[in-house]
Amino acid sequence: MTKSMLTEKVSERLKELTRKQIAVIINTIFDNMKEALNKGEKIEIRGFGIFRIKERKAKIARNPKTGQKVSVSERKTIHFKTGKALHNALNKIK
Amino acid sequence: MTKIDIIDLLYERMGLPKREAREVVDAVFDTIKNTLIAGEQVKIAGFGTFNIRKKGSRKGRNPRTKEEVEIKPRKVLVFKASSELKKTHRESS
Repeated sequence: MTKSMLTEKVSERLKELTRKQIAVIINTIFDNMKEALNKGEKIEIRGFGIFRIKERKAKIARNPKTGQKVSVSERKTIHFKTGKALHNALNKIK
Repeated sequence: MTKIDIIDLLYERMGLPKREAREVVDAVFDTIKNTLIAGEQVKIAGFGTFNIRKKGSRKGRNPRTKEEVEIKPRKVLVFKASSELKKTHRESS
């Protein structure tokens, strides 16, 4: 499923808004989520999951091709944890 | 940020009535959820991709009782941030 298919599905469900309006709203939602993550905020969507920033320490890694040691600086990654309700639904647990 | 913050943002930035904003936000996450439950991946351009990964059964151990237990095959949801999200994220940190 892509963003345009998502727009399609959502507009089937919400007749009072046009497809165009829904497309703008969906873009606004994800742009704002992106902004929040960039600010280091976590995003919690009940029943869906949590997006969070995790800090990774600087480390010495190896180039898998050459075996050469390279130092990797400290960095932040985006981490997603599935919500319990969604995890259970995926595994058909009641 | 929670769902309520997203609803408030849609109200403030777009003038969307809160009741409608809530309906759209719920519809968006419900649709993503149902698609994933149906086994299909969801790709949001500029944000990231949600994929279902099937995990086989493996042996685990209860760390407290040290008892061996079977971890049943299960499906897990993995999210991969898009390169665009990673990029803006790196630049702003």
